[in-house]
Amino acid sequence: MKKFWTATKDAFATFLHVPGTVTRSGAHVRDSIDLKRIMIIVVIALVPAALFGMWNVGYQHQLAVGGGTAAHIWPNFWFGFLKVLPLFVVSYAVGLFIEFFSSGLRGEEVNEGYLVTGFLIPLIVPVTTPLWMLALAVAFAVIFGKEVFGGTGMNIWNPALLTRAFLFFSYPSAMSGSEVWIAKKAGETFADGFTGATPLALDGAAQYSNTVWSQFLGTIPGSVGETSIIAILLGACILLWTGIASWKVMCGSIIGALLVGGIGDLAGISTMPCWNQLLVGGFAFGTVFMATDPVTSAQTESGKWIYGLLIGILCITVRLFNPGYAEGMMLAILMGNTAAPLIDHCVVTSHIARRARKFNVTA
Amino acid sequence: MSNKIVLKRGLDIPVSGKAECRISKTVSPDVVAVCPADFKGFIPRLLVKEGDSVSCGSPVLADKKHPEILVASPVSGTVKEIVRGEKRKLLAVLVTPGEKQERLDFGVKSPESLDAGQIKAAILESGLWPFIIQRPYGILANPADTPKAVFVSAFDTAPLAASPEFTLGDRMADIQTGIDAMAKLTGGGVHIGLNAANYASTPFHKLENVVTHVFEGKHPAGNVGVQISHVCPVTKGSVIWTVSPLGLAAIGALFNTGTYNVRRKVAVCGPLAIEPAYADTLPGAPMSTLAGFIGNSEDARVVSGNILSGTTVGREGYLGFYDNTVTILKEGTEEELLGWMNPLRLKLFSNDMSYFSWLTPKKKYDMDTNLHGGPRAFVMSDRYYAKVLPMDIYPVYLLKACLAGDIDKMEQFGIYEVIPEDLAVCEFIDPSKNDIQQIIANGIRLMLKEME
Repeated sequence: MKKFWTATKDAFATFLHVPGTVTRSGAHVRDSIDLKRIMIIVVIALVPAALFGMWNVGYQHQLAVGGGTAAHIWPNFWFGFLKVLPLFVVSYAVGLFIEFFSSGLRGEEVNEGYLVTGFLIPLIVPVTTPLWMLALAVAFAVIFGKEVFGGTGMNIWNPALLTRAFLFFSYPSAMSGSEVWIAKKAGETFADGFTGATPLALDGAAQYSNTVWSQFLGTIPGSVGETSIIAILLGACILLWTGIASWKVMCGSIIGALLVGGIGDLAGISTMPCWNQLLVGGFAFGTVFMATDPVTSAQTESGKWIYGLLIGILCITVRLFNPGYAEGMMLAILMGNTAAPLIDHCVVTSHIARRARKFNVTA
Repeated sequence: MSNKIVLKRGLDIPVSGKAECRISKTVSPDVVAVCPADFKGFIPRLLVKEGDSVSCGSPVLADKKHPEILVASPVSGTVKEIVRGEKRKLLAVLVTPGEKQERLDFGVKSPESLDAGQIKAAILESGLWPFIIQRPYGILANPADTPKAVFVSAFDTAPLAASPEFTLGDRMADIQTGIDAMAKLTGGGVHIGLNAANYASTPFHKLENVVTHVFEGKHPAGNVGVQISHVCPVTKGSVIWTVSPLGLAAIGALFNTGTYNVRRKVAVCGPLAIEPAYADTLPGAPMSTLAGFIGNSEDARVVSGNILSGTTVGREGYLGFYDNTVTILKEGTEEELLGWMNPLRLKLFSNDMSYFSWLTPKKKYDMDTNLHGGPRAFVMSDRYYAKVLPMDIYPVYLLKACLAGDIDKMEQFGIYEVIPEDLAVCEFIDPSKNDIQQIIANGIRLMLKEME
């Protein structure tokens, strides 16, 4: 317990102050970049998606109970804010407690990786997720997805996606269907004939306008942060400019999705054109924020292309060919994470072989 | 112009306090230290005892494994003290210079008329052999080897590095003799790396009996290891020797004048240096002789060598055998309120695009020794580091192999090609604040142990 308090105190102290630690060996001066800075940039990149998501929660609620309009920006936002805030609180409280505790056990400083994970989790779950479920899922993901491997930097799978996967497989009824995406107040019922199904699962008419423009804008039901392509693109700009996320992963994922989507179009099995696949569901959010996690993605440059392609291909393959799951992004990225070490191994092995050949020529 | 090699990766770190090209002090130290720790791979055996009198060039230490490798005294005088540390580890031999400076006469010789064995014997005897460093590992060369080639980098891209044109411009004749001597020791010739920026104007351009390569790029393009990896990569079993231009001048002077002369111009620089300029001094001279540059600031760190790879020696320390730079900078012990969150931090430099240093590419920064963060596991991918390493190497893979102590992997990922200073810029930009040079040094130590 003492270790836990030391780690906690230390985490808050270094959060407030950049410590006065000086270099002991090696380079006497160091760049002013640190992981806190990198992580906070990712959080900033997520803010547009989070703010839009909060508003959209309110907007969808208005639509569902009837009579709402997009013009009520503040009431909609406030409604969504109150609905989403508890998700953030639970995500951070549970995750950070475990993070502090295990950092204390390891005798290391607390890694700031959870700043991002904790922010991602509320954005990729339905707004109606019960808080106890979320707490359980966060605990599972952080302990078994990260801490057992040795903490941030050592994990194989994206912890935020593991949280979602845990919820998805343990409580499928709370994670899919046509009602979970819309927040209700107690006692409220949906208007007659209402469907809150996402465009991916949509089978028939919907209250919301399901045009390409609304998909791009994000005024459709879905997980909190995933709906607005505009907000996600804003985040993508920040991540690409700062170089934290790899454009190779993003491009690879988009090309892979278009490839399989295109084949689906030609074969006549798709319900929407391949480019439309990019706008709906978690594809854009996953491509920009989750697939590009530097720890769980491929490490090598050519590996990043392959890894991105794999995710795009898997995602649309699941969407097109698996009748059970409407959405494929979560599993695609987790599979991509699983394959990343193998991809890197192949790339690195060929690099070693190429070096060996080069040496034989020069020797 | 021979082949020009453009290196796109690298980073010039904009530190303030560049030394002005003038000699502002000529040092005649009252004590000189010979420190065995300056020499990598050298196991010292004492050849003198306290009270012995020595001449400039007479041997003080010998290597236990290769007893023919000697380290000489840079002055004539008497051995004042033998300084030992814990477990009687030999730290330094202190020599007090005498009134009259006597130089041991090794005889004027012409390298043209000598064979390889005679040249080796002459360099060994004089105590100048430690200037010859072998790759892999960056340790003292084994006199029994015949290297594949000899490499010299005639420019230094490290931050605030001494200008070779200023420090050695008047010693071109010695350097030419040094090259002629080294050329006899290898079948592969002496390769010299020049900077594309001043290729035509540098006096090194006029040297003969060399294979010239021109490099364009940011630091570490001037590191000899980087240059070797683009011309003739070091492989398992092959040996390449490297000599600094300073070493060539000393070796050349040995043949031209018959004396041991390691006097040099040293750039005293850094953000905290007072009127940074050059000093004419000797290796082993105490830092107290440079007190005028250091000033009285309590929190000054005095480094023998450059700001990336030098050794902290403090005010009581001595100039290293190989060093021609002394860097003085501030200990950054102040805490900074919410520093990492501050969007601007305009006084700090960062190579990362999340800061705004890219807006002021010409600006120089008063850098201090603050770590700017806490140590973490590697989070950013390999490319983040490879952007500043102009070699065909995956740096993070090599580092992880070193951390794991996996000899096979270290070999495959290129441990033979690097020494710690080649990855110094990776260490500088690392957001996880790992001691990357130390990791490489430990890896090399493990390799040496396993190879025995």
